[in-house]
Amino acid sequence: MNFFNSISIGFKEIWAHKFRSALTMLGIVLGVSSLVAMSALVKGMENGMKEALVAIGGLEKVRVDEQDIPAAQRHLADQATGLTVRDVYALQRSAPLIKLVTPEMRLGRFATVTRGGKSPDWANIIGTWPTAIEMNQHEIQHGRMFNELDDELARNVCVIGTGVRDQLFGAPDKGGKENVVGETVQINGQPFHIIGVFQRYESELDRKIREMEKDQPKEETGGVQRRRGWGSGRGNNSWVYNMKNNTVYTPLNTMWLKLKSGGSGTNTVPDPRLSTMNIKVADIEVLEPALQQARNVMMHTHHGIEDFSFQTQENWSEGITQAIRNQRMSGGFISAISLLVGGIGIMNIMLASITERIREIGIRKAIGATFANVFIQILVESVVIAALGGVLGLAASQGIVQLLTLLSPTENTPIITVPAMLLALGLSACVGILAGLIPAFKAARLDPIQALRYE
Amino acid sequence: MALVELRNVSKIYHLGGEEIRALDDLSLDIESGEFISIIGPSGSGKSTLMHILGCLDSPTKGTIQLDGTMIHNASPTELARIRNQKIGFVFQFFNLLPRLSVMQNVELPMVYAGAGSRERHERVMAALKLVGLENRSKHRPMQLSGGQQQRVASARALVNNPRIVFADEPTGNLDSNTGEAILDLFRTLSTQGRTIALVTHDPEIAAVTPRRIEIRDGKIAIKVDPKLAGLDRVPARVIPAESLPD
Repeated sequence: MNFFNSISIGFKEIWAHKFRSALTMLGIVLGVSSLVAMSALVKGMENGMKEALVAIGGLEKVRVDEQDIPAAQRHLADQATGLTVRDVYALQRSAPLIKLVTPEMRLGRFATVTRGGKSPDWANIIGTWPTAIEMNQHEIQHGRMFNELDDELARNVCVIGTGVRDQLFGAPDKGGKENVVGETVQINGQPFHIIGVFQRYESELDRKIREMEKDQPKEETGGVQRRRGWGSGRGNNSWVYNMKNNTVYTPLNTMWLKLKSGGSGTNTVPDPRLSTMNIKVADIEVLEPALQQARNVMMHTHHGIEDFSFQTQENWSEGITQAIRNQRMSGGFISAISLLVGGIGIMNIMLASITERIREIGIRKAIGATFANVFIQILVESVVIAALGGVLGLAASQGIVQLLTLLSPTENTPIITVPAMLLALGLSACVGILAGLIPAFKAARLDPIQALRYE
Repeated sequence: MALVELRNVSKIYHLGGEEIRALDDLSLDIESGEFISIIGPSGSGKSTLMHILGCLDSPTKGTIQLDGTMIHNASPTELARIRNQKIGFVFQFFNLLPRLSVMQNVELPMVYAGAGSRERHERVMAALKLVGLENRSKHRPMQLSGGQQQRVASARALVNNPRIVFADEPTGNLDSNTGEAILDLFRTLSTQGRTIALVTHDPEIAAVTPRRIEIRDGKIAIKVDPKLAGLDRVPARVIPAESLPD
């Protein structure tokens, strides 16, 4: 008896008992759809978390910080150079596993950017190279990034994020100016030309909330006018976007020569040390050797004094992985239980079905069906019910995901993945096999004489 | 060598500590091409005999040879294969599968034999033609009369060209006219050289066969040798059962 025959017999049996089969399938449909929907939700959550990780520069980005000199080298403290542009050049020259290096120089707490007496709560004023745009995943919305010439000539130009713009010029949706290129702001009292404005950075989640609020204007809330603070963005990672939006970039040389000197015009050369340095590894697979390479190069430029350290995003990434794994576990557990219940339903109905068909089984055996023939026939019927339920479950999961998106549009969009669908289908087939084993064995073992006599 | 050779076959059941000898040291030969009836009252052991001959059951003691193969200690799977290829069954209650068409019912033994669909179709149509139902192949069993259903069952029994056909009370569920027609069919099949064993409790039906054996208490009560009785050439129906020697 060939396989396709068995399957067609299975379908006929199911068709002959439509209502019963549909009820039985429902268990599997629920199990599969909950499994797929659950994994889609987790995937959406994962994407939201990874989005933030990418926004900060991705796993490939490593920050090089200054560090206290190790105790054993304390006596060499006066020889320590700190991070300088020399390190940047050395790494560019001698560390092939490092794709990109950008220096960063900050003024710390003393820097302010002001315009007409207004200044933002906080601004991240950084002197850097034009490549910082690639390093930190910035996108220019208006104007341009400063270039090598601006840096060479230490021009008083800056590129600002939308957070700074909104606080200095007012948010565009509240009557402020959208494109502020060409305006002048004061950084520590010195005039700077705005030559570019970055895109607005926000998580998918925040974007949805903003768009919904645009459609439905927020009602005036009573009480004292107040800002709701840093935590106002939804999700735990909103600080990433806040930080990016409050960036002010100036050329490194401008920062060093004009701002660090305090603009006092004295002849002393300002402190050439960088605050940090960002390096980007060519590929995350070679993170370890690349860091080793960078360390070797820098030990050379630092005369063997280890006054620097590397800071990666691995911890954060591991945190994401851990959180996702926990979600998957709990979701998978619930789905597994509902699949199990579905499987029990199938077994129950198959047992009832073979009891009804004892005579048929006797006839089949009398005309030459072997143990294996009967066994496979019953098993195939069970698997067909389960697999059909699985396919319907996949269809249902699409509906469930749409429903979830409708009910809660501000959450991360659930994403149905192909592996999740394949896994769910495979599991439902496995459930069908397991549920069919006992009924198939009972049917195949029937004695043909007694089965033929059965009324 | 005979087609079927039973030697000292016993079938013993144990029911509540009591030993029941359904067959008791029975020996029997069936030659190829024979038309034989096995007759006996209910409980005589004739059904058990048919089950053992039909490879549905195995004897407790004794040996059975069917078409040169020893089958008394064959495994269930081997028995299934022998039933499929060497034996055809016709039952009292037709035993057709109600959800399958006539065509699908008749081809079922060939499906289990693993025949290809083209061959199946040809032989099913040939078998249906043999029983005169070639234009009913798309019908369901329930759409046919009892006699037609029994013809379908006969076609199913014949489709794999078995060495022997067992018919268990084939007319028991039919009115006398239809029953007569079915017996005619068997007679025709017999003249075509097929081996047919008819199991019945009715001496009148048994009378159509040239050779009759009667089972009583698990033993053969009457054994009529067709050659000795001169029945091999005479139409069996005309000889009344009572006139046969004890």
